[in-house]
Amino acid sequence: MAHASSYKPNTAIAKWFDVRLPIMRLMHDQLQDFPTPRNLNYLWTFGGILTFFLVVQLATGIVLAMHYVPHESMAFDSVERIMRDVNWGWLLRYMHSNGASMFFLAVYIHIARGMYYGSYKAPREVLWVLGVFLFLAMMATAFMGYSLVWGQMSFWAVTVITNLFSSLDSIVPGLGTTVVQWIWGGFAVGGPTLTRLFSLHYLLPFVIVGLVILHIWALHVPGNNNPTGIDIKTKSDAVPFHPYYTLKDAYALCLFVILFMGFVFYAPNFLGDPVNYEQADPLQTPPHIVPEWYFLPFYAILRAIPDKLFGVIAFAGSIGLLAFLPWLDTSKVRSTRYRPIYKWFFALFIIVVLALGYLGAKPAEGVYLLFSRIGTALYFGHLLVVLPVLGWFEKPSAMPGSITDDVLGKGSGGSRPSAASASPGRR
Amino acid sequence: MRKFVSPARNLAFGLAGTFLFAAALVVAPPQAVGKADQIKAQSWSFSAPFGMYDRGQLQRGYKVYKQVCAACHGLRLVRFRNLGEPGGPEFSAAAVKALAAEAEVQDGPNDDGEMFTRSGRPSDAFVSPFANVNAARAANNGAYPPDLSVMAKARVGGPDYLYALLTGYKKAPGDMKVGEGMSYNPVFTGGQIAMASPLDADSVEYTDGTPQILENYAKDVSAFLMWTAEPKLEERHKLGFRFMIYLFILAGFLYMAKRRVWARLKH
Ligand code: HEC
Ligand code: HEM
Repeated sequence: MAHASSYKPNTAIAKWFDVRLPIMRLMHDQLQDFPTPRNLNYLWTFGGILTFFLVVQLATGIVLAMHYVPHESMAFDSVERIMRDVNWGWLLRYMHSNGASMFFLAVYIHIARGMYYGSYKAPREVLWVLGVFLFLAMMATAFMGYSLVWGQMSFWAVTVITNLFSSLDSIVPGLGTTVVQWIWGGFAVGGPTLTRLFSLHYLLPFVIVGLVILHIWALHVPGNNNPTGIDIKTKSDAVPFHPYYTLKDAYALCLFVILFMGFVFYAPNFLGDPVNYEQADPLQTPPHIVPEWYFLPFYAILRAIPDKLFGVIAFAGSIGLLAFLPWLDTSKVRSTRYRPIYKWFFALFIIVVLALGYLGAKPAEGVYLLFSRIGTALYFGHLLVVLPVLGWFEKPSAMPGSITDDVLGKGSGGSRPSAASASPGRR
Repeated sequence: MRKFVSPARNLAFGLAGTFLFAAALVVAPPQAVGKADQIKAQSWSFSAPFGMYDRGQLQRGYKVYKQVCAACHGLRLVRFRNLGEPGGPEFSAAAVKALAAEAEVQDGPNDDGEMFTRSGRPSDAFVSPFANVNAARAANNGAYPPDLSVMAKARVGGPDYLYALLTGYKKAPGDMKVGEGMSYNPVFTGGQIAMASPLDADSVEYTDGTPQILENYAKDVSAFLMWTAEPKLEERHKLGFRFMIYLFILAGFLYMAKRRVWARLKH
């Protein structure tokens, strides 16, 4: 939030810098003194957690890349060599592979938080759209990283996903095949494909860093949303970011790191597919090609559509549509807390996404396929029908006058104990 | 607690829980479902969070591998020196040298430009029994005996699967046609495997008094293959313990600090 700078350079060198490159002022105003709503709950800690995991992926990834060999006959063994012969290599590799999973767990919670509290609504549309770009870039990065292991699942996931472009053949005959061969650098997935995937896997995280900077900039203009969705009105609605939220974020991060390191030390392969410990074999297709868990809901949507081209369109649409949420949602209030009908639809949406995730791991046949189709319809129904239509007639429940009122219970007509017994979300 | 804290917290816990649950479902991939009842969890010295390998078991397992499995399966990612490193079978340096010397390793070219064979050194990798996949297939009725270096991580169930597979050979049900050169084994996908039961009671000599029965051979070699797949498991468990204690203490301090700071504020 734009606020008057309270920075006072104390030392001579700080004064010298302040009129040349006021970086200390920037840090002070944006990271220390930044006015933050006083009522943020733990769902607001995931932004910091995400930043932490970006740093973990960069740090471990850069060292891994010093030992990794992007060659079709050596890649698989080079990853194992890292685990066996590089000092702390096993730790680096397991942190990097589980770090990607934790990154996605955190981003899904972060996105769900935004959807629940209407954080995408004006004036935070640009912030939200940047977030969707970040999500896309993360998906691309993780997909390419997974391919680098050059195990059976790496190889066949690349084959299946790159082959999606061949659906362009049904628009312009030959176009899809040409595009696919251009991506592969040959007539099949092979050495040239692996080298370019490595190059891009190294590049994209730095694009993500750039997007994160824009994302935080776009956050610091309107400031944080909060569980009430009501803007900061008076000084008492806000607290300085430091120490209030630095400590809260640090505590939440520490708990999340316990979960992360629990996987790394005690179940490092739990989230991965065992088949990826078999070296890539272009002559042998695994019985089930399953992406990593974090892609499953979208994979289920892709396979739910019988036509290849429309499947790809639905797949891209299921993610791309998220960028249009600020304009699809017509509700006047931000927070779902004050939307008595929408909150049920929101719960249904979460269940649908989880169900699609489950179905994405199952073979696309019989009841699984049927439910994937129902789930796909509900997914798009939520974004394209519920969000635009519901806002027109849903009557929001009574809202507190301000953030302070909400926190201290003033003006909402209840003393602490009686208010505590009121059912959540209803007034 | 304020009245509106709980839905958000429920949402957070609910989301985290369901994601983990969904992830747990995913790790049991579909092909495992039919065989799950065949694979029973064994008790392994290394499976608990503080678990370590059993040296004697790994040494016996190495012997079983060497005398039986090595005829068909390679361990290309393992080096002889690994056999003496901490966290493994921990053979003595002299024993490692002797075990390495049993191998014939191709080296070269020498000063005359010729390739030659010499006896192995601890720094050499295990020598695979066949020069390439085609040679392996030709010697095994067209079936390929895979390299076992990371096999224990490449199958659902890991060492439990290996044990179940090695002890899973049975008489085929009457109505089943078992193909030429194939054996019936319900643990293997499809129920027919091109590897005849490799282990029999008394086929490998144990010198430490462990009974020479099929179950022990299977268990020891499965544990050994778990070590070849995860040679850093002990280091991981040990470091993990210290790291987790540190994290829990840190979390406690951060929580108290956060409480103190927020106590300045009515909330
Ligand atoms: C005579 C050669 C031979 C010997 C000895 C042998 N195997 Fe095999 N093994 C094979 C062949 C051939 C296959 C491939 C089977 C198939 O694909 O149907 C195989 C497959 C396997 C597999 C893979 C099963 C799967 O899930 O794909 C494992 C594990 C295995 N063997 C373990 C062992 C162990 C442990 C030993 C020693 C106790 C051993 N083998 C001894 C020939 C052998
Ligand atoms: C946005 C951040 C990143 C994400 C989400 C990500 C994700 C992944 C994933 C999912 C894998 C496969 C893990 C496995 O199963 O082993 C992987 C592997 C790899 N990544 Fe990354 N990565 C990121 C950043 C980086 C960076 C910055 C580098 C290097 C500069 C890097 C280098 C590597 C290398 C060399 C591998 C192959 C070795 C291995 O499998 O461990 N990554 N990455």
